Amino acid sequence: MSLLRLSSITAGYRGLQALRGVSLHTNEGEITALLGANGAGKTTTLNVICGLVPCQSGQIIFNDEDITGLPPERLVPKGLTQVPEGRQIFGDLTVRDNLLLGAYWRLRRHYKTEVDRDLQEVHALFPALSEAGQRRAGTLSGGQQQMLAIGRALMAAPRLLLLDEPSSGLAPKAVTEVFDKIAALRQRGTTILLVEQNVSAALQIADRGYVLEVGQVVLEGTSQELLANRDVRRAYLGKDYEEV
Amino acid sequence: MVGKRVTKIIRIVGLVVFAAVVAAPLLLGSAYLTTSAVLIGIHAIIAVGLGLLMGYAGQVSLGHAAFYGIGAYCSAILTTRFGLPPLAAMAAGILVTGLIAIVLGAPALRLHGHYLAMFTLGLGIIAQIVFNQARGLTGGFSGIASIPRFSIGRFTADTDAEAYLLVLAVLAMVIIMAYNLVNSRPGRALRALHESEIAASTCGVDVARAKLQVFVLSAVLASVAGSLYAHFITFISPDPFGFGFSVELMVMVVVGGARSVWGPVAGAALFTVLAQFLQKAGERIPYVDALDTVLFGVVLVIVVIFLQRGLVSLPDRLGLGADHGQKQGA
Repeated sequence: MSLLRLSSITAGYRGLQALRGVSLHTNEGEITALLGANGAGKTTTLNVICGLVPCQSGQIIFNDEDITGLPPERLVPKGLTQVPEGRQIFGDLTVRDNLLLGAYWRLRRHYKTEVDRDLQEVHALFPALSEAGQRRAGTLSGGQQQMLAIGRALMAAPRLLLLDEPSSGLAPKAVTEVFDKIAALRQRGTTILLVEQNVSAALQIADRGYVLEVGQVVLEGTSQELLANRDVRRAYLGKDYEEV
Repeated sequence: MVGKRVTKIIRIVGLVVFAAVVAAPLLLGSAYLTTSAVLIGIHAIIAVGLGLLMGYAGQVSLGHAAFYGIGAYCSAILTTRFGLPPLAAMAAGILVTGLIAIVLGAPALRLHGHYLAMFTLGLGIIAQIVFNQARGLTGGFSGIASIPRFSIGRFTADTDAEAYLLVLAVLAMVIIMAYNLVNSRPGRALRALHESEIAASTCGVDVARAKLQVFVLSAVLASVAGSLYAHFITFISPDPFGFGFSVELMVMVVVGGARSVWGPVAGAALFTVLAQFLQKAGERIPYVDALDTVLFGVVLVIVVIFLQRGLVSLPDRLGLGADHGQKQGA
């Protein structure tokens, strides 16, 4: 069953058409990868979903509800949370405060025991965050900051997690670590829409994927299909035609 | 690094000095000192609110002198013309400034950028025109005289010492409130949106709404301070509520340290004392009192260059702060 469905979405910035009719869907419990080069429209797609960029036409259905154009703060309580590009953790706040901010809307509605339980769970998933609880988040390493950004989003108890370039700016070892954690999230049953430039890493953990080029979906399929595709191998996995 | 014991001794001495300074106007019985202390307290009430707006919500208001003035005029008009008790007049001022703040802030804070600064600048100019020209209501240039002293029930702040205690009590409440706000769930959201509005909104924080709430709170605090001012001086004219004072308030906050509760209090104390000192000096040496803008500018420049986090960061910079080790904020 599809949790999120985009139908012919167009969007742009000041006359520049960034998305030219993007349609895609995510299945519940799966990782869906959104792949493509720089400027293909991956981040724009995520930003349109969570209302940070206005949608010019098309429709976004989340959990059988039309959410087209709703601002992020209205989407979070509905179960849709984004881990923004470049992590955007709150560097001056403590790690613990960052995590509690993720649960902002739930603390307002007095779900305190659930929030405490989720905090335990996030700490179990990312033990480094538990140890660093009272440290300023800005002092964490890049990999830990990415874990914190993911942990903060999990504190909102999302049904769908939107991950924007979790590997960007990270050392190779940290990338492996972060992707292991994302795979672990899938095991927990979290549905994920993953935007990534690191195509091979993304397809190793994803169930299905879409390839975007200049604002359009040019290819879709299961991870196996995409990994076997000649064009994907040449354009994104760095193989020559002789090798494929 | 200073030894732990020395640090402790210095902090205790600091606390004693602070208590002595707060109590001095009462103990010494000097009218001049008490008047200065009341003004410091009144300015500090506005500055704490403005500090929340500037330091936590990251917004600038160029019209806080107008909110201060509206509070003062509400109190003056309602008590002298309509015989309302001061507390009721103060409440009316809160209502009026709160409504104006909502009407101005709601559209300005939905937009990105410094629209609030422009809107409040406009408010300051309009308020100044109304104070000066609406003679039937405000008395024009000559203002409103014989405003009664503040009273709550049977207690009246007749003497300056009583007025000082009253202002101290209000300031203490404002400081406690600000502390609770900063360290609560909404305060966490404010600190977050100051760092990244996008990330705050992806956490479910309604950024525009949170900013509006702080703006309204800070406007209302300025109004309360205006009421206290009117009932203390017992005479008001448009002069103290002009654009110059709005800028002075901002300088107080920046110099004291916007991202703290005590910073604006320290800034208010410093600049109120400086202004009073220049005024005194001006009585002996001609034109010295006209140098206040220059002096304030110099202090602002020095602080911005050498002490970006304001006067309150001085103990940390000298190695006397509470947090050592990891918490070395740049």
